[in-house]
Amino acid sequence: MKVWRADVARRVSSGAWPVVAAVALVLLLFVAMGQPPFRAAKLMWEGAVGDRYSIGNTLMAWVPLVLAAAGLVVTFAAGLWNIGVEGQVVVGAIAATFVAREMPGPSIALIPACLVAGMAGGVLWAALVGVLKTRGKVNEIFGGLGLDFVASGLAVYLIIGPWKRAGIASTSGTDLFREQAHLPTFANTTLSFVAVGLAIAGVVAVYLLMRGTLFGLRLKAVGRNPRSAFLMGIPTERYVIGAFAICGALAGLAGAIQAIGVWHKLVPSISGGYGFLGILVVLLAGFSAVWIAPIALFFVMISVGATQLTLWLGLHSAIGGVIQGLLVLFVILGGGWQVRRRRARQGTAEGPSVGEGAPGGPAPVEQVEAGV
Amino acid sequence: MTPRKAESGRIAQVLPAPQSEVGPVPGGGPASSGPALEIRGIHKWFGPVHANDDVTLTIEAGTLHGVLGENGAGKSTLMKILSGYVSADAGAVVLGGRQLALASPRDAVAAGIGMLHQDPLVFLPFSVLDNFLVGSPGRLRVDRSAGARVLADLAARFGFDFDPDAPARALTVGERQQLEIVRLLHLGVRILILDEPTTGISAIQRVKLFDALRSLAAEGMSVIFVSHKLDEVEELCRRVSVLRRGRLVGEAAMPCPTDELVEMMFGRVLTRAERPRVEIGDQVLRLDDVTFRDRELTMPDLSLTVHEGEVIGLAGLEGSGQRSLLRACAGLLGVEEGRLSVGDEDLTGHPYRDFLDAGVHFLPAGRLEEGLVAGLSISEHVVLAGGSKRFVVDWKAAREEADRRIERFSIKGEPTSTADSLSGGNQQRLLLALAPQHVRLLLLEHPTRGLDVESAAWVWSELLGRRAAGTAIVFSSADLDELLRYSDRILVFFAGRVLKALEARETSSEELGHLIGGMELR
Repeated sequence: MKVWRADVARRVSSGAWPVVAAVALVLLLFVAMGQPPFRAAKLMWEGAVGDRYSIGNTLMAWVPLVLAAAGLVVTFAAGLWNIGVEGQVVVGAIAATFVAREMPGPSIALIPACLVAGMAGGVLWAALVGVLKTRGKVNEIFGGLGLDFVASGLAVYLIIGPWKRAGIASTSGTDLFREQAHLPTFANTTLSFVAVGLAIAGVVAVYLLMRGTLFGLRLKAVGRNPRSAFLMGIPTERYVIGAFAICGALAGLAGAIQAIGVWHKLVPSISGGYGFLGILVVLLAGFSAVWIAPIALFFVMISVGATQLTLWLGLHSAIGGVIQGLLVLFVILGGGWQVRRRRARQGTAEGPSVGEGAPGGPAPVEQVEAGV
Repeated sequence: MTPRKAESGRIAQVLPAPQSEVGPVPGGGPASSGPALEIRGIHKWFGPVHANDDVTLTIEAGTLHGVLGENGAGKSTLMKILSGYVSADAGAVVLGGRQLALASPRDAVAAGIGMLHQDPLVFLPFSVLDNFLVGSPGRLRVDRSAGARVLADLAARFGFDFDPDAPARALTVGERQQLEIVRLLHLGVRILILDEPTTGISAIQRVKLFDALRSLAAEGMSVIFVSHKLDEVEELCRRVSVLRRGRLVGEAAMPCPTDELVEMMFGRVLTRAERPRVEIGDQVLRLDDVTFRDRELTMPDLSLTVHEGEVIGLAGLEGSGQRSLLRACAGLLGVEEGRLSVGDEDLTGHPYRDFLDAGVHFLPAGRLEEGLVAGLSISEHVVLAGGSKRFVVDWKAAREEADRRIERFSIKGEPTSTADSLSGGNQQRLLLALAPQHVRLLLLEHPTRGLDVESAAWVWSELLGRRAAGTAIVFSSADLDELLRYSDRILVFFAGRVLKALEARETSSEELGHLIGGMELR
């Protein structure tokens, strides 16, 4: 426990000033837009946790974000930049939609089948990135980004093509699923305890995997030094694909919950950007599974709260994203600055450093091979 | 001419000025005397390693100046300081009475110092011409046609032949060097540093290179030629400075007897093989006419048999083939032709995993690069190397096992210490602690490089203990003393071939030193 407390202290002390700076800048931003800054902050707070409806909305946004982030903790541990996580969420939603539409009859197995299908879809999409990387020497960033576009293209095609609503082809989405395929919600809020439970289970599973298992330890070794890991006899390629598969399962689950728990249909923006946002959450959490839950909560509070600014102050809804982006930038900048200062103190003159990751994070992206 | 040797770290400069003793230089008139480059009291530490220890030397203009020394002697560090890639911890570089501030290669080039690296720094996807122009001081527009004319003129001067539009990828290493030389000259370099320039180039290109260097010196430029090949230094250079273990240990005007150069490079080594003979057992490793290729180096037709309880030392300069041989025997480098077997098993073309299972264990020189994982603790390493297949790690047992190995291998650290926080000696101890106790064949790359005397002795007592239990050992080293002391047989590598196989008891450090430099002892 002492170690844990020291960790908290270190994080708070090293993370405090960049957060303060980001918050100050945001408040200044409100002033610059001619808005009373503290009223805006209060509106955001109330929008996020003011009543049980807003708490429900916040938690339902937290679920996909924290699931994607949990998956990304695994790929980051293996030294991989899984930019494809966004596409994995989308394919998870597509697979869940398929089951929700096509599985016959009302059945208690319907919802579990949707969730499992979502995970399988995510695994497929992520493993593809892994195989492209290990067998095809395609950098996972490019492979993942490419498959992101393919996934969202596929979703749009299905929505205006084979799965279009009777009579109209519209990008507003497919028909609503039948009631039996909706995740049950608490009272008359949007909150689903199943979804929240699954998210918590996902985070705990990743935490245990990375902390207590041989698989997690080997994955860390592969991520920090694939060469040494290989010489120790670890089949590095299998571990890379395995890390992608785990991340894909969690991202696919997030997509399935978006489909059957939030929208109850497939829409083009089904992923809600939670995959990409998950990358920021993990960066901010210093690649640790423990920290993604509170940080993801903080992030969705900003997103959900920011909708109130649109409602009451007429600000553009993008303001939430601006705040999140500023936070991440400042925290990473703060980390980079600390590294610089430490080096300066040690007096080591080193060459220009490229893409200094956060401590314990993945190595900088390998140099991209130019040409063929 | 007698070389002066270091006495208490100071060099007495009693040599006559170089101009007075050598006649007209081939390729042109007498050397004009430009400003001399003075290196004064340079120190450089890398962590605990004192890579340059109070190095003071002067490079006269118009001279071909050789810098000799074995691997790790500090040559490259010194040259990197001169060319601005690394900054010195103490000392000064003075050119024509002016102290230079060398914070980056750009500063060095501005001062007229340029370095040609062992692997020429060429942008492979660019054309020859673009490579030539890429470092030119900055106008926005690139005048390609003017550039092409300058390139053609410079190339013609040295008899180089370039197609300006060809992609640099199509050039041989030698041609890339030529391109780098004319590029540096175009940038106004007056002092040219070449780091091991003849590795990987053809004999014809070597002649061309040497001619070019001679004519540059004749024009009054300084050429600093870093090498550990004795014959080349003897052929080319007029003065030689020798580094050993970071210190300047001697200077000589050429020609100078090879014996004395060898002695300066390696020091006086009086060691003889002195450990007890161990009963030689069954054959452990066998190579039949094996050919393998590692980057540019091809090693043809190598045959070798190693038995239980034998120690084979691999001598030679870095990049002569020892590294490739060790990697091929470990299953990390594919064999192109021939047969490689471990025990009775033919493992030609098998994956690395099969070599591990056959009882081959490789300890690489890059302890943190290839052996250990920075950021992971000793306990975690013990689990990774432990071979346990249990899914859930028993951390308590792992810590206890780590404690046992820390005790047994006298590692200065805790189970929670990360590999990168250990000193080099303790990293090597950890690597040995992770190696399974009873392997058939241990392959070690520079097992004691960078270790203090005590750690090195400990490593060898551990290795010899395993040998007594029947393990065969093949190791590479740059330390003649180590090779002679611990090997039964020594293979001397030169340019990808085994120049000679020696019985360690019957050879001498003189013979070994000569062979490493590519010469038979006369």
